[in-house]
Amino acid sequence: MFAEPTTLVLLALVIPLVAAVLIPLFNNQPNLREAVTLLAAGSVAVVVWSLYGPVMAGARPELHGPEIVPGISLGLKVEPLGLIYALVASTLWIVNSIYSIGYMRDNSEPRQTSFYVCFAVAISSAIAIAFSANLVTLFLAYEVLTVSTYPLVTHKATDDARKAGRKYLLLLIGTSMVLLLPAIIATSAIAGTAEFTPGGILANKLAPAAMMGLLALYVFGIGKAAVMPVHFWLPAAMVAPTPVSALLHAVAVVKAGVFSILKIVVYVFGIDTLQTTGAADWLIWVPAGTIIVASLIAMTKDNLKARLAYSTISQLSYIVTGALLATSLGVVGSGFHIVTHAVGKITLFFCAGAIYTALHKTEISELTGLGKVMPFTFAAFTIGTLSIIGLPPLGGTWSKWYLALGAIEGHKLAIVAILMISSLLNIAYLLPIPFKAFFGKRPASAGAAATHGHAHDHADGKIHEAPTACLIAIGATSLGCVLLFFYPDFVFDLLKQIPLR
Amino acid sequence: MSSLQEHLPILQILVPLFGAILTAFTRSGTTAWAIAAVSSAISPFISAALLIKVTTTGQPISYVMGPWAAPWGIEYRVDLLNGFILLLVSLIGLVSIPYARKSVAQEIDSHKQSWFYTMYLLCLTGLLGICITGDAFNAFVFLEVSSLSTYTLIALGRQRRALVSAYQYLVMGTIGATFYIIGVGLIYIVTGTLNFVDLAARIGPAMPELSRPIIAALAFMTVGISLKLALFPLHVWLPNAYAFAPSFATAFLAGTATKVAIYLLLRIFYTFFSNAIPFYSLPISEFLLVLSLAAMFVASFTAIFEENAKRMLAYSSVAQIGYITLGIALANKIGLAGSLVHMFNHAIMKTALFFALGAMVYRTGVARMSSLSGIGRKMPITTAAFVVAGLGLIGVPGTAGFISKWYLAMGAIEHGWIWLVFLIVLSSLLAVVYVGRFIEIAYFREPSSDIADSHEPPLSMLAPLIALAAATIYLGFDTRLTGGVARQIADFLLSGVVLGGTQ
Repeated sequence: MFAEPTTLVLLALVIPLVAAVLIPLFNNQPNLREAVTLLAAGSVAVVVWSLYGPVMAGARPELHGPEIVPGISLGLKVEPLGLIYALVASTLWIVNSIYSIGYMRDNSEPRQTSFYVCFAVAISSAIAIAFSANLVTLFLAYEVLTVSTYPLVTHKATDDARKAGRKYLLLLIGTSMVLLLPAIIATSAIAGTAEFTPGGILANKLAPAAMMGLLALYVFGIGKAAVMPVHFWLPAAMVAPTPVSALLHAVAVVKAGVFSILKIVVYVFGIDTLQTTGAADWLIWVPAGTIIVASLIAMTKDNLKARLAYSTISQLSYIVTGALLATSLGVVGSGFHIVTHAVGKITLFFCAGAIYTALHKTEISELTGLGKVMPFTFAAFTIGTLSIIGLPPLGGTWSKWYLALGAIEGHKLAIVAILMISSLLNIAYLLPIPFKAFFGKRPASAGAAATHGHAHDHADGKIHEAPTACLIAIGATSLGCVLLFFYPDFVFDLLKQIPLR
Repeated sequence: MSSLQEHLPILQILVPLFGAILTAFTRSGTTAWAIAAVSSAISPFISAALLIKVTTTGQPISYVMGPWAAPWGIEYRVDLLNGFILLLVSLIGLVSIPYARKSVAQEIDSHKQSWFYTMYLLCLTGLLGICITGDAFNAFVFLEVSSLSTYTLIALGRQRRALVSAYQYLVMGTIGATFYIIGVGLIYIVTGTLNFVDLAARIGPAMPELSRPIIAALAFMTVGISLKLALFPLHVWLPNAYAFAPSFATAFLAGTATKVAIYLLLRIFYTFFSNAIPFYSLPISEFLLVLSLAAMFVASFTAIFEENAKRMLAYSSVAQIGYITLGIALANKIGLAGSLVHMFNHAIMKTALFFALGAMVYRTGVARMSSLSGIGRKMPITTAAFVVAGLGLIGVPGTAGFISKWYLAMGAIEHGWIWLVFLIVLSSLLAVVYVGRFIEIAYFREPSSDIADSHEPPLSMLAPLIALAAATIYLGFDTRLTGGVARQIADFLLSGVVLGGTQ
């Protein structure tokens, strides 16, 4: 705990990798195996949290690796924005691991060892993205994250999983290779450096039109941010087990995408440069449009996880929009939304997985009246929903508030309107789910149909919740949604430390 | 010891050559293998010592045969460029030889095994000889030594089609070698010398009067060598040769033979013709650029639809050679360095892939994609190594292939050709498809009946494979040997100071 900050940075990366090596050794002792995961998750969280104090005090611990291409070394540097993402990833890894234990065992999922191994590698690469000191390090970690999560997405090894894996790999590797890599190469060549620098590295080095093109390469090249039209992989990846969806949607993958865009806007372009050149003025309508379109598509989905997936696409574009506003309040709103959306969305996915585990239901229309059977789960679902909508007393309130302020600061009132419309759409496609579960009447035929199926007849209203491990995780993240409303300052304090100029 | 040091250049050739002679007199495969192993193990130490000496002194090493001083006698001359390639070739020889034992024992009839090792050592001698010699005609001799032994190696494949493939390669290889020697002949008529350094000095002054034969010589030599290095569309011999040769021969040749031919191309472009014909005065660059791009796309597309895994990797080789020639076509420092980096990296990765595939063939006897379905569950380590090397081919960061692509893309940007950057990365996407296809087949399908009782290969085959897969990752992080040396070489090639100055 009292180690040097640079040691802590290294530990945060290495501990999950050590866990990835140790986990297979306990292949036949599931309890020990999961103990390794939990221990690693716990220690990574402690390590990352103990960086909070030093970073607030102004420390920026750095580590330098070998120079791999001329003039660019691999390197890590902790700065406030990256620390926020690392805190989210490492903290939620604990909750997600607890949840996974319940989910994976109760559903007798195969190949659990490789599941935990890939998960640990994914966390390590997420933290490397968070702490990356330059574009090349970020790109390296970004691709490792894609490759390490591919086995997770295809975990079920069915035809659907294989197809989803194909989309996942081709879209993520494809966009990153074809758009992001040229963008990084061009940036390095133009700026003469690839280091993340306060105020950016591109000031006065590019014509506005070229700047816009470069920004577009980044926004679409970072496919993990799922800005339309590079969002297809995300709904497809729904075939994976729910803990994987939680990893994709909340803990690491999509957050890696939006975080990377935010980091690049702040430290490569610089918000002032973007403002003066107006390079983001047109591009911002793409994520702004994604917010609305994805919400509309979400309404048409009856499959719970599919609806949540489109909801994620919409919410991610909040963060991208906030980044492209290129205003100080927009950056704060985006950064805060990384946190609140993660906590809110992981709650919703945990609930979806709990419903599947306990009742084997996947479609929203089947959930009517089941609030009495799973009261705890649906209560948590309500909390998550309200946080995503952005209603007090939940954390999501703050991020929408600051995003709106950022839009006003940037004189883009249309963006404010879009945020408001989107909130209404959120209400329309998310709130009916818990509402119908609690207050809807169970159709008479449903009970009869279920008797000969796998599920029991739950029409009698007997409580049937998911395994305790799942419930602990759901409880923790719902509580997180509430706490983020009342105690948001620790995040804000960090966000205010981001050097924008 | 100092006298031994002095003779290192000739020992580089003599060690495998004597090994070849010794194996020719043995009857037992094991003894022949042991001799080959000793020769192959000594080679990299000689190459490393030579390269270290060149880098530390900054001067090329010149070695003269007998009392005949260069340019009349044959001179062996080691500079940064061929020191680098010598090390590459002998390193591939070193990692290949443990692998050879079991693989050859299974695929080659026992009475032919010592013969096989003779051919392998002759091939190694020839390849090292092309690199080390400073004499254009001597290079031809070694080219033929390596080619003839290669035809034999391929013909020793188990299927009858190996004979056809070897014959096909023999015809095309002979045309290539003949073109080369026609070029050498023309140059000799013009300059009266065969020594590289001497040629370089004389060819410039001869140019104004005798531009036609010189340009014709350049054309003949370029086309001839392009045949040997399998530059698109002169690559047609390669897929069959790689597919039907014994697994070990394929892996060894994939890592070395084409690379040595590329070396020879660099040598003639940059060592002597550059004095007479500046690279840009003829449309060589444009021509190479178009053919390289064609290789990168057409061969990659072919690889995607190839049903035989060996042929898939062979087409991938043609595509990857396109990257290497692309760097030559860029003709700037960073692009040329990228070409050299990729020569090294591709040798490592492709040898690893053929090792992995060879191990699968060793256990299952099949190389068809459909028959290898589910192999990931039966041979997890082998398949994982295949995937790592495959990621290298794609150019995923953290692997050697990423470094190559970065250099090449930077070379393109230096010309202001952002479109070329996009083409380079787009063709990587094709590698995602063909490597991804293998991964899907290996992991997502139920094991086929062909591979029902297969398991990991013996350690002697597994260890070299793991070493190369590890090297694929290691070279993605430590680029002092590849990137660092390659940039020095590119500097020196482009500086116009031929072969490191006058004698």
